Amino acid sequence: MEKSADGFKPKILAFCCNWCSYAGADLAGVSRLQMPSDFRVIRVMCSARVSPEWVIKALAGGVDGVMVLGCHIGDCHYISGNHRAKKRFALLKEMLGYLGINPARLYVDWVSASEGARFQQIVTEFVETVKELGPHHGPEG
Amino acid sequence: MEKAHISRSQKLAGDRQIRRQTAGFGNPARANCDLPRIGVFVCHCGNNIGGVVRVPEVVEYARTLPDVAYAEDNMYSCSEEGLSSIKESIVRHKLNRVIVASCTPRTHEPLFKRACEEAGLNKYLFEFVNIREHCSWIHMHAPDEATEKAKALVRMGVAKARYLEPQEEFQSDVYPAALVIGGGVAGMTAALNLANQGFVVHLVEREAELGGLLRGVNKVFPTYEDAGEFLAPLIQQVENHPRITTYLRSEVESVEGFIGHFQVRVTNGHREAEFEVGTVIVATGAQEFKPYGYYGYPMLPNVVTPLELEEMLKKGFEFPRNVVMINCVGARIAERPYCGRFCCTAALKNAVLIKERDPRAKVYILQRDVMAYGEHIERHYRRAMELGVRFIRYSLDRPPEVVGVRQAREVKVFHQLIGKELTLPADLVVLVTPLVPQPDSEKLSRMLKVPRGSEGFFLEAHLKLRPIEFATDGIYLCGSARYPSNIIESVSQAYAASAKAATPMRQGFVQVEAITAFSDEHLCTGCGTCVLVCPFSAIELRVGENGQKSWVNATQCKGCGSCVAACPNGAMQQRGFTDRQVLSMVEALVSS
Ligand SMILES: Cc1cc2nc3c(=O)[nH]c(=O)nc-3n(C[C@H](O)[C@H](O)[C@H](O)COP(=O)(O)OP(=O)(O)OC[C@H]3O[C@@H](n4cnc5c(N)ncnc54)[C@H](O)[C@@H]3O)c2cc1C
Ligand code: FES
Repeated sequence: MEKSADGFKPKILAFCCNWCSYAGADLAGVSRLQMPSDFRVIRVMCSARVSPEWVIKALAGGVDGVMVLGCHIGDCHYISGNHRAKKRFALLKEMLGYLGINPARLYVDWVSASEGARFQQIVTEFVETVKELGPHHGPEG
Repeated sequence: MEKAHISRSQKLAGDRQIRRQTAGFGNPARANCDLPRIGVFVCHCGNNIGGVVRVPEVVEYARTLPDVAYAEDNMYSCSEEGLSSIKESIVRHKLNRVIVASCTPRTHEPLFKRACEEAGLNKYLFEFVNIREHCSWIHMHAPDEATEKAKALVRMGVAKARYLEPQEEFQSDVYPAALVIGGGVAGMTAALNLANQGFVVHLVEREAELGGLLRGVNKVFPTYEDAGEFLAPLIQQVENHPRITTYLRSEVESVEGFIGHFQVRVTNGHREAEFEVGTVIVATGAQEFKPYGYYGYPMLPNVVTPLELEEMLKKGFEFPRNVVMINCVGARIAERPYCGRFCCTAALKNAVLIKERDPRAKVYILQRDVMAYGEHIERHYRRAMELGVRFIRYSLDRPPEVVGVRQAREVKVFHQLIGKELTLPADLVVLVTPLVPQPDSEKLSRMLKVPRGSEGFFLEAHLKLRPIEFATDGIYLCGSARYPSNIIESVSQAYAASAKAATPMRQGFVQVEAITAFSDEHLCTGCGTCVLVCPFSAIELRVGENGQKSWVNATQCKGCGSCVAACPNGAMQQRGFTDRQVLSMVEALVSS
């Protein structure tokens, strides 16, 4: 497939924590906020559960972009989970380059349960970013 | 410490009585993991899903997926009819995994899990797929894409379901005593309600007296009775109750543990008290916003806050003729975007009191909107208008101006409707400010591990479904600590919070959701990384035959999974979110 060719349907994965970002995504739905359909949500209890290994395996396996969305810093249901996630994924972003994966394919952010519109915006923008990056098939420059 | 109630049974976590629950396993043949036979139930949700997603096509697709033994669509899966169809199918098709593809798990999951149990299937063999909030509702104009997405989501659910395992839930006992933090009207009401039901209550108040904000209030709407007369019997009942221990001038120093067993330490600066409780109610109220720097406050002595006005009214001094109240001072602005909710009403109340005392007094309320909601309060608004209280709307682009050097003499305000600036004589200016969170609420939020919203008030688990409890089990919330609330609201919330707190205490135990972490001894190297990352101190290193290994206290584990992601050896896993389960979903996505 061509880079950003028309018709490129990226495969995007969003890990959402049960307490904030998943609820924010629910609110986006309840509010009927429309957004691109190219992402799939996997629910975890906390952003801290998202193993860097999952992200690497997803990106190495053919997923075009991964989002990790947790509660805002300070609001994690498990006190400090998102602090951990933040540190882990900052590190992972650096490592992705070494693995030949464009770090822009990983996006980490925070969405509260009341931020349906923010969820919509983040998803829409990330889908755009990934479309511009084009399909991901293994190491890139 | 006065009336201190020192040290109760100090049970260690390990000694705690834990009963394993064996009920709900029904047919053991289904509980153990024979080859998966997955049932997929796709919901139309009337038109909510079916109007966008082509549900029959998703059902057809589900039938082609590995290990799917049965698939059907339901008009409403959550209806009586839908649930019985699920239960019947479990039996008829010998299903040992169930997937419902419908709405968000955050509301209906317990319902479907119960249906599984009723059909003899362990409820942990159920998986929810969200094709409404996360699909049909957000792709309403793209039926093809939404249908494709629904298929992919079902495929991912099926992939995970193949690796689901039955789980046992723990029962953990609940100590029948409660801690109530804050002795305002909310805290006292909650304490009394619990004590009257037979529970021991520890009520901690940091001031020298019970009563909270209302101690400074003159008369209270909607009845116009004396705040003091309203409070006195309440305080008396609390103080005389045999099951309530009150700790005055005291603060909670630490709270450790979880629902059923919180270890609490309270101090008054000189002495400490330690005790155990099963539940905690936060009723710490709020404070009046002091509008330093607004409209000459506090330099001009006749520019006052609502509480200062209440104090003046209480003293019953000779009242000035010209009173100007400026509403929404420091509220509904970028820095403090919320509405203080009852400030308008309190202003109306005092405007009415002033006019009733001296009909010749001129009372102006400068407002940005009058939040006179509901039946009672709208009545105050009308009454104030009848008495001749004048309402003038101002806007933030052109706020009023208080004029005067040593004291305020007049207030200039641009009248939006007539488009002219008016000059109002003023003997007294009241800056009507909202309540703000207690300055130490962050400390308490950390201590209890409960969240605060962006404005600094405590945040409930769910606005609509769980408004007076925290997402953390066993901790409840009422009164102005949650959001500025008037007495009626604070009292109703206090009843609700105490009823919620009484439920597990009366039952005597709670069910612990089986999403806890567990460690594989063979893979664990005893490095202790998990111990460091656990925010709940639920993991210990224990030395056994095979050396040092990590051990998870399942009653203390809250199931965040942080230790699992941190484990360098893949030894730690989380029930319901194992690497295998999640990675199988990732693979399903890739190949969809
Ligand atoms: C000027 C004014 C006028 C009002 N007029 C009316 C009226 O006419 N009618 C009406 O219905 N409502 C009125 N209200 C609202 C009323 O005061 C509230 O509804 C009520 O106070 C809420 O009760 P509460 O228990 O939630 O909070 P509070 O009254 O604030 O009580 C909280 C208590 O907790 C204590 N506390 C806080 N933090 C801690 C801690 N960390 N440890 C221990 N103790 C702690 C505080 O010292 C306080 O005693 C008015 C409020 C104001 C400010
Ligand atoms: S629960 Fe949302 S990030 Fe921890």
